[in-house]
Amino acid sequence: MAQPADVTSASRYEDWRLLKDRITRYLVAVGGTGVIIAILLIFFYLFWVVFPLFVPASADRVASFATPAPEAGPTLLLATDELGEMGVRYTNDGHAVFFDLVSGKPLPPTALLAAPAPGQVTVAVSESAASSLVALGLADGSLLPIRHRFKVSYPNDVRTITPEIEYPYGEEPVAIDDAGQPLSHVAIRDSDDRFSVAAITADHRVVVRSFEKQTNLITEESTLEPVLDQTLTPPFEPDFLLLDPYQTTLYLANRGGDLARYTLAEDELQLAERVRVVAKGELTALRFLLGGFSLLVGNSQGEIAQWMPVRDAENRTTLQRIRSFDYQQAPILAIEAESRRKGFLAADAEGYVGVYHSTADRKLLVERIADQAVTAIAISPRGDTLLARDAKGGLQTWRLHNEHPEVSWSALWGKVQYEGHSEPKYIWQSSAATNDFEPKFSLTPLAFGTIKAAFFAMLVAVPLAILGAIYTAYFMSPAMRQLVKPTIEIMEALPTVILGFLAGLWLAPFVEHHLFGVFAIFFALPFSALLFAWVWHNLPERIRGGVPEGWEALLLIPVLLLAGWLVFVLGPPFEGMVFGEGGMRTWVEQVLGIDYDQRNALVVGIAMGFAVIPNIFSITEDAVFSVPKHLTFGSLALGATPWQTLSRVVILTASPGIFSAVMIGMGRAVGETMIVLMATGNTPVMDLSLFQGMRTLSANIAVEMPESEVGSTHYRVLFLAAFVLFLFTFLVNTLAEVVRQRLRRKYSNL
Amino acid sequence: MSSKFSSWVRSGEPWIWINAGAVSLSIIAVLGLLLLIAVRGLGHFWPHAVLEVKYHETPDRVVQVIGEVHDQEEVTGERLRAAGVAVPAEVVNTSRYLVKVGNRETYGSDFRWLAEPLMEGSSYPAAVMVLERREWGNFFGYLKSVQEGNTTVAEGEAAWDALQERIQRARDIYRQIRDIETGEIGTVNYAMERLRLKQRRLELDGKFTPAAGEELAAKRQQLEESYGKLQVQLSALYDQVRRDHLTATIADGSEVTIEVAQVVRAYRPNALHLGEKLSFYAVKLWEFVSEEPREANTEGGIFPAIFGTVMMVFLMSLMVTPFGVVAAVYLREYAKQGPLTRLIRIAVNNLAGVPSIVYGVFGLGFFVYLLGGNIDRLFFPEALPAPTFGTPGILWASLTLAILTVPVVIVATEEGLSRIPRSIREGSLALGATKAETLWRTVLPMASPAMMTGIILAIARAAGEVAPLMLVGVVKLAPSLPLDGNAPFLHLERKFMHLGFHIYDVGFQSPNVEAARPLVYATSLLLVFVIVVLNLAAITIRNRLREKYRALEH
Repeated sequence: MAQPADVTSASRYEDWRLLKDRITRYLVAVGGTGVIIAILLIFFYLFWVVFPLFVPASADRVASFATPAPEAGPTLLLATDELGEMGVRYTNDGHAVFFDLVSGKPLPPTALLAAPAPGQVTVAVSESAASSLVALGLADGSLLPIRHRFKVSYPNDVRTITPEIEYPYGEEPVAIDDAGQPLSHVAIRDSDDRFSVAAITADHRVVVRSFEKQTNLITEESTLEPVLDQTLTPPFEPDFLLLDPYQTTLYLANRGGDLARYTLAEDELQLAERVRVVAKGELTALRFLLGGFSLLVGNSQGEIAQWMPVRDAENRTTLQRIRSFDYQQAPILAIEAESRRKGFLAADAEGYVGVYHSTADRKLLVERIADQAVTAIAISPRGDTLLARDAKGGLQTWRLHNEHPEVSWSALWGKVQYEGHSEPKYIWQSSAATNDFEPKFSLTPLAFGTIKAAFFAMLVAVPLAILGAIYTAYFMSPAMRQLVKPTIEIMEALPTVILGFLAGLWLAPFVEHHLFGVFAIFFALPFSALLFAWVWHNLPERIRGGVPEGWEALLLIPVLLLAGWLVFVLGPPFEGMVFGEGGMRTWVEQVLGIDYDQRNALVVGIAMGFAVIPNIFSITEDAVFSVPKHLTFGSLALGATPWQTLSRVVILTASPGIFSAVMIGMGRAVGETMIVLMATGNTPVMDLSLFQGMRTLSANIAVEMPESEVGSTHYRVLFLAAFVLFLFTFLVNTLAEVVRQRLRRKYSNL
Repeated sequence: MSSKFSSWVRSGEPWIWINAGAVSLSIIAVLGLLLLIAVRGLGHFWPHAVLEVKYHETPDRVVQVIGEVHDQEEVTGERLRAAGVAVPAEVVNTSRYLVKVGNRETYGSDFRWLAEPLMEGSSYPAAVMVLERREWGNFFGYLKSVQEGNTTVAEGEAAWDALQERIQRARDIYRQIRDIETGEIGTVNYAMERLRLKQRRLELDGKFTPAAGEELAAKRQQLEESYGKLQVQLSALYDQVRRDHLTATIADGSEVTIEVAQVVRAYRPNALHLGEKLSFYAVKLWEFVSEEPREANTEGGIFPAIFGTVMMVFLMSLMVTPFGVVAAVYLREYAKQGPLTRLIRIAVNNLAGVPSIVYGVFGLGFFVYLLGGNIDRLFFPEALPAPTFGTPGILWASLTLAILTVPVVIVATEEGLSRIPRSIREGSLALGATKAETLWRTVLPMASPAMMTGIILAIARAAGEVAPLMLVGVVKLAPSLPLDGNAPFLHLERKFMHLGFHIYDVGFQSPNVEAARPLVYATSLLLVFVIVVLNLAAITIRNRLREKYRALEH
């Protein structure tokens, strides 16, 4: 059936309208959900960055192969390159065998000695986990220091690693034992100007020699001048020895578990202390942790204990057992420290390898990698490749996935005994100039600072805001209310950077100079308000009638200004009488013995209180104002005074709203950044004092985030701090919001 | 009397007064703060009178001091004596003055405290001259003569006019130098960098042919030539600008020679009459908002910070407006109103209370490192390892602030939508309009003031926010603005300066906080002014709107 043309065009127009409607619906839905998802993305992204902190370590076997180039002799020492691509073994006939860590294929062995022969090298050790300097102890009592390097080049765009051996002190071995006895154990340390060797000879003597380095400026070759040559007579026959990086402390230990500490005094090593470090079983392994400060003691029970020198109150240093890791059962045969973190690996006689971190007191992984004992291990400098040798001489390469061992519940929130500190402490100190620094990631002082700042801010803000809001909502005349509310909104909108700037540069010096006045004003203001009220009350009706009800606040403005002015004018002479010439500030420091920071919690409290007042004010005002009028009318009609009505009816009804106002105010105080950044010294101290500063979580993020390396533990811990802040404020605000919504429903039911 | 008092207490009236006091105190605090900023900020530009005084540093050492009095405080004599100031023992309470003595190259610091009892014979000589310089802060002294090269061209009173003339000349030349340095040479450098990146890009793509190489080399040659020409021009200008010198005596009587090119402005504050002071004030105020900072931001203007703030806020509103409105429309008009929507509404509401630094962390991790890093890898491989978008910049800053402020816009728009009576929507639908038409023709126009309020509040919040910006793109001194004459004109990857961060940086990170403080107050004043105006606008619009809806409901 043919239809008139205008009907078709009308229906086409109709279709077009419906299509537009559908497109709009679709676009709005997509856009709307998109925005909401984007907002929620914040939560998931923060979580995604933080998550790796809590992933346990894992390890995969990359390769296992027989000893490469076995003809070069048995292995004395293993090492790897930076990325874990090439390994090296030092053999007892004076060869270095470089081999690929994946295929196990060796390069031709490099002869290190002029005449390599089996048994020529009695011991090979590296200086420390972080060093590529290796010492070969020889059968004739001399020692050859060498250094291996892995040079990376790109001939024809192919990544090629070329190993090199250097002789920093010449190719001639350095004589250590004058008696010419073979060296059975060796420890070396090398610094810019000094080179020291400690060795145990085959006849159980301990020889220590130190050399001063003379570097020829032209040839850049070093020659060694002996400065110390000492033979120790230890109280036991030692089986282990370690020399610290400063070359001033020597540790000797025997399998029985005795440990002796020698320190350099008057150019001589003297026995400082002797302790038993193993209670049960035998001492089977002894290593330094990175930095050469802590000792790792492995025993035949499979336990590794961390010992370190701790200075007590009388400035005496003693070795103390800090923590222990008891996760393996068989005797610990080898311990190897990581070279950039305070972590270490331990291999035992049943073929287990454990990965641990000392500061975090954390076992990251214990994995069985062989059916027989694992006798030697090496870790790449990045800490992600493990090279292990078992009792049958087989080698294995493992990749370790151990990105963030530094973090554990105890490291983040507990007291930790850090190296160089006399007792367990809460410390936040994320970075330092040296490589062997122990990062201190305790969030406790930061959380403490956050709560402290928020607490003082709330102390200032809550009374002012709530009392003010109640007055504004209940007593104030509507005309004045119309002026007060926008003023409070302006107060809320003031940028915190300006509040912080004023707090730091104007308020802080002001408070310091007028400390007494600041305290006095807390009492003077309410007192003057009451005094004025009483005077006003007794004024003749004629004058009182001139001011309509609900304008009390306006009357009080000049009164309070006058009272404040009087306090700061009359205060100083009075202060001088009470606290002496120096005033209260000096009195606080000298008589009370409290340190006074110029930018302290008092300043933060006032400044941040100012920032929080409007938040609390607006919500409280809203809650009080929307209390149904018939409730108050009823109460007033029954003869209650306005104040009775307010305190017995209105506030009770509105109390959930006031509660949520306080919660929201607290959420703001906890997350505020600029004010605390500018009005405190930002030192992460844990001190309740009103006159000390603090560092908050948010300020810490602002200070440290730009410098932290992407993906590092520090970076993720800062994200964790942000995540904690996010969750905390979000939950607090949600709680407050739910309370408010229920209150609103209650009002509408009333 | 006592029974009267106790009945007064029982009536609860004192409590009412205490509550009123809390309001009064809050209002005093707000107004006092605004007043403090206004007085200190506006005072910065006024030409201070310059004091000359004899000062008894020790009983037998008297020095002449010239400077502006900046502060005064009451202090006990004992404290002064403890600090090593030689006030006589009988002085108990006195005051001391903070005097800006300038001449940093001679005295080492700009300020010194003078104790009242040791000052003798204060005067405000009309001939005292203040020089604002490009380096070393202000100079205080008496003009002696003006030299051109090695010949003295004017002395005595004639020197003053000669000096003003020559300062004007030097300023003109200096402006030319700056135009060449930042403008033309900047353009050449920019083009050079583009050529380098182009070549690298060709190499990366494997399309680098000898022909392309020649073409690039020819272009480079051309640029180098124009660069050479500019250099010649520049050195000629530098020779010209260094022609004149002035000789002046400072407080202790010694003579100092200063290059006229170093002087931005010379004035004799004590000789200025009111009209001159006012015009001086206007000039300084204009310099403050229109010029670039000098001396590590502690002197000069804040134009780049104003520009950066405005541009960042502008970009942010471009992003936040459509998304905020669409999300609000979806939540209020399209989404099914159930527990889930309520939950989302609460969540969005609460995001406004999440600390801003958290958004900064998110912006740094997600936008800068994740998004920016990938954009660099995909689109700007030629510049790597130097990041293009993988580093904080204005785009990421405005995006971060857009996310931070989107809840504000959503909440305000939703409120506006919810206040529109159902009857209006139903009327439109009943007349046969589709939902989209109802939305577009009636609902949105009616809600537009509410959206406006939301956007203004968002802008006010974004303009004052500093903490997240510190992570995602603000710097203390940006070498170039994000908008300039080099194609593509808008450089979203660049870092920028910001008023709020300027306050933090100059007030807390600058080496000479005392000297910079007035400038920080002035900057604060500007920022506060902008934010207060924006907020008052939002409040006014909202109040009008409420009136309107109230009228609609009846």
